[in-house]
Amino acid sequence: MTQKIRITDSTLRDGSHAMAHRFTEEQVRGVVHALDHAGVEVIEVSHGDGLGGSSFNYGFSLEDDVKLVAAAVDEATNARIAVLLLPGLGTVEDLRQARDAGASVARIATHCTEADVSLQHFAAARDLGMETVGFLMLSHRIGPAELAAQARIMVDGGAQCVYVVDSAGALVLGEAQARVSALVAEIGHEAQVGFHGHQNLSLGVANSVLATQNGALQIDGALCALGAGAGNSPTEVLVATFDRLGIPTGVDVQGALAAADDVVKPFLHRLPFADRGAITQGYAGVYSSFLLHAERAAERYEVPAHEILQRVGEAGYVGGQEDMIIDVALQLRAERERAA
Amino acid sequence: MSGLSAAIVGPGNIGTDLLVKLLRSEVIEVHSMVGVDPASDGLARARALGVPASAGGVDWLLDQDTLPDLVFEATSAKAHAANAPRYAAAGIKAIDLTPAAVGPFVCPPVNLDSLSDVPNLNMITCGGQATIPIVSAVSRVVPVSYAEIVASIASRSAGPGTRANIDEFTQTTARAIEQVGGAAKGKAVIILNPVSPPMIMRDTVFCAIPADADTTAVAESIHAMIGEVAAYVPGYTLRAEPQFDAPRDIWNGMARVAVFLEVRGNGDYLPPWAGNLDIMTAAAARVGEQLVKVHA
Repeated sequence: MTQKIRITDSTLRDGSHAMAHRFTEEQVRGVVHALDHAGVEVIEVSHGDGLGGSSFNYGFSLEDDVKLVAAAVDEATNARIAVLLLPGLGTVEDLRQARDAGASVARIATHCTEADVSLQHFAAARDLGMETVGFLMLSHRIGPAELAAQARIMVDGGAQCVYVVDSAGALVLGEAQARVSALVAEIGHEAQVGFHGHQNLSLGVANSVLATQNGALQIDGALCALGAGAGNSPTEVLVATFDRLGIPTGVDVQGALAAADDVVKPFLHRLPFADRGAITQGYAGVYSSFLLHAERAAERYEVPAHEILQRVGEAGYVGGQEDMIIDVALQLRAERERAA
Repeated sequence: MSGLSAAIVGPGNIGTDLLVKLLRSEVIEVHSMVGVDPASDGLARARALGVPASAGGVDWLLDQDTLPDLVFEATSAKAHAANAPRYAAAGIKAIDLTPAAVGPFVCPPVNLDSLSDVPNLNMITCGGQATIPIVSAVSRVVPVSYAEIVASIASRSAGPGTRANIDEFTQTTARAIEQVGGAAKGKAVIILNPVSPPMIMRDTVFCAIPADADTTAVAESIHAMIGEVAAYVPGYTLRAEPQFDAPRDIWNGMARVAVFLEVRGNGDYLPPWAGNLDIMTAAAARVGEQLVKVHA
């Protein structure tokens, strides 16, 4: 029998980027209610950049993260609430507050080469009695073997699952498959492997299918693809596709479709779309959350967003370096002024 | 000349870089380099430079016939917490480069003058040394209700101690942004970037300022402060003019100044990209030299 896949819905976390971190408590309750009703087991709720992300650099949250987590916990009947934390930005104290508000899954994210900065947080999460998930962001930047070695560090530190996170939506089919396979070979006998896809090259769902066919047991999605860049693998498409493939997720297809169409779509200002900026991100391997920041800097400094993103990709900036987008825009403007 | 003698405890990257700087000083004489690992590269380097070096730890140091006036501690927070009372009992002033924060935070261009008599001074963090002067430069002109800093460093310049205790960096820096920088509320972020060749340390400072702030005065204050820091960290520069933005709803109605800094190291021990190391040791050496002036 085919093994069951656990879907984690990140509409209320990765989707927060697309909402400029302005989710209201009412929206959070509505989404959690619909996802819970559809049978989604884990729902992630946090600022797009994780707990403590509310800031000038990443955007201020409209509502406090902990308050939204508490509302989500209150609304859910079966689903468990997850939170994201990026070491260097969020702290163990943030995690403790989220746990006290009822969050039970801690997802700790690092750049794909920097897993060892998460050990303090995995240890704390386990001490707090939380389930742990490791997130290796921008997984396309290193090869499968190196990525597996970083997953090993997280598992040794207390992670119960490690995700291949395609933050740039840059992995093309076999590249996603090879990374998942390498992680399954390295940690599969003691921890699960997950896959988090983005749609910048429209491959989020296809990569997720390949991931499950190669041993991934946890898959991320977001309703209406709401997320950074061209958005995440849409939860409702994942659920429908897995259903057609006979891969059980425990999520009701009609329930997921209704959650997307009736609950999320009405409050969106714009649907995630693979426009020039987003495709550039997938193509050049740029962190998806940079998109709206690049658009704002482009407007402020009158330089094209896709040029900013291209330059950011060449510089090798990683998640969290949103400040460098303004820096790059300033450099581009200065170059234009010199050339004029 | 009435100089001071100084021991360096902790022969790692920071201690070794500091050694190179102190050997250049005309007013500080290096007493010794102290560690606990006989195979330490830093101790071997000290010996090669003619500096007495021992793996006998603080026991060895305090057992010497002539004790130093100062000790620079570049070990760990835990080690410094244990050593600090022993230095104090021996009458040795401590300049603490660990996150232990036994003594008050010091950032040379901001508050060193007021702390010369304190027996134990804490150097905050590398990101703090790079950014707090700017927060202070803004807060001495206009009220700063909130200041936020983002420090980006090359992965290779972050040692195992930093990696295992990254929360200490963010929390200590945030506290110092308030206590030393003068912001009502502080926040700090650190990012490790593995790109090759390594990226030079970059720091961004965002300060919330009043909508009617005199931006010319704020910019002038920032430029003056850049000069003060560059006097002891030559590679400390502005990437662009300070950027002023009018209040926005999405910033909870705050106006903002953003300052983009680059910290290129002197290449004393680690290469120039390790500006984080350089600004920490340069600031510590600066504190040591200032204490000599007061002592003279």
